[in-house]
Amino acid sequence: MSDAVVIEDLHKSFGPLEVLTGIDLTVTSGEVVCVIGPSGSGKSTLLRCVNLLESPTRGRIHTLGVEITDPDCELDALRRRIGMVFQQFNLFGHLTVLDNLTIAQRRVLRRTRAEAERIARENLDRVGLGDKAGAYPAHLSGGQQQRVAIARSLSMGPELMLFDEPTSALDPELVGDVLTVMRDLATEGMTMLVVTHEMAFARDVADRVVFMDGGVIVEQGAPAAVLGDPTEERTRTFLRRVLDPTHLSDAELD
Amino acid sequence: MTTVDDAAAGPKRRLTRRQRTRIIRLVQYAVFVAVLAVVAFTADWHTVQQGFFRPDVARSMFPGVLVPALLNTLAFTLGAFVFGLVLGTVLALMRLSEVRAYRWVATGYIELFRGLPVLVVLFLVGYGIPNAFPDREIPGGVYGQMALGLGMTAAAYMAETIRAGILAVPKGQLEAARTLGMPYGRAMVSIVIPQAFRIVIPPMTNQIITLTKDTSLAYVLGVTAANVEITKFSSDVLNARVNATPLIVAALVYLVITLPLSQVVRRMELRAARAR
Repeated sequence: MSDAVVIEDLHKSFGPLEVLTGIDLTVTSGEVVCVIGPSGSGKSTLLRCVNLLESPTRGRIHTLGVEITDPDCELDALRRRIGMVFQQFNLFGHLTVLDNLTIAQRRVLRRTRAEAERIARENLDRVGLGDKAGAYPAHLSGGQQQRVAIARSLSMGPELMLFDEPTSALDPELVGDVLTVMRDLATEGMTMLVVTHEMAFARDVADRVVFMDGGVIVEQGAPAAVLGDPTEERTRTFLRRVLDPTHLSDAELD
Repeated sequence: MTTVDDAAAGPKRRLTRRQRTRIIRLVQYAVFVAVLAVVAFTADWHTVQQGFFRPDVARSMFPGVLVPALLNTLAFTLGAFVFGLVLGTVLALMRLSEVRAYRWVATGYIELFRGLPVLVVLFLVGYGIPNAFPDREIPGGVYGQMALGLGMTAAAYMAETIRAGILAVPKGQLEAARTLGMPYGRAMVSIVIPQAFRIVIPPMTNQIITLTKDTSLAYVLGVTAANVEITKFSSDVLNARVNATPLIVAALVYLVITLPLSQVVRRMELRAARAR
């Protein structure tokens, strides 16, 4: 099996602040990898380096076989093959749901309007929002907006999907809708790199869980191992705080 | 509740809240009516009417004050607005450019043209440019000169407004567009600028209304009877008839432009709000 993402010795600093200090990570095609870790651990930055929304300070990243860190790589062409879903949805507010899904197909992939709309409607049905094609994003709930955002990415026919805390901005009762769509996507064989706080999703859907802290990968492996029986103390502490937040000892309070 | 309060207030009977409100309202109306009455009874209405509202003078201004004067005012305004909008958008993008030279040029232009009186700019366009390039002409005659002269100043103001609008569009919009494979320019044109324009509709309305009134400076360029605008047309009548009625007519004709404009913009804002 080929590798979808190969990250070698990745460093990223914002000014004097070192966010990533030496990351090596490989995601094979068809694999679902969940990245977990405390806030500020560099998870999102890692994800944003994979499609070069952030430029690494050092190191190399091959995404879908292309070295994206090469200044001469065809970045826009490569990004068309990488879907991304943001915490804040980032739907285009001035466009209807249907136009959100067709604009890049038509402007970037040069599909005809009819073909773009056909593919858009297929993907809206796929996320269970076939009846919302004419709505504006502002009229949808957060969960619906996020599913539209997923459908928008899928309309481009991506080979790899990046999820940056896709459910963190949602009301609790809407999280399930989005996670279900993501699980279906994983079942269909999509390669996915997911930054998340949803431990249940990581446990049930991920092929591998990566725990990050302080800009490095502390521990990675099968979900049952990392989440169920972590070897590192930092992982154990993090999981206790996430899974049992009402029983922290006084010493653990920040 | 009220009775408890009254009891607590002591033996002296006080007005209820509703009674107080009613009395205050009555006093306000009384003041308003009194002011109207004083103006109505003390003004010398006959003189006012003779000076400002002579029907025969007003009648003599039609249809000239509409065709060509109103049409020309509209043409000057539209030309200047379109030119200013295009140049202003380019300047806004230059100010946001990563190319330092562009930022300098745009900043310099904006500072210069915001500081220059429109009259001076029009004068330079009308007489400076023809002197500098004697064998060329600004296309469109007075219309072209007005579009250029007013538009260059308007562009400076619009550039700052549009820049603020672009910055007000969340960064995630550009990121989402880029991750869909759109090049920077395409993402700006299809995603960011349309949303920026929706944000700047209200200040742009002010800009159009200002431009409408600035068209009265067209006299600097030496207009002919064919391209006279409202103010020049009216002041000519004023001089000929030695009466101020034309000013009132001119004012009303300007309102004919600006009031519907406000309505149109309000509708555009409602439409934009639906998509928000």
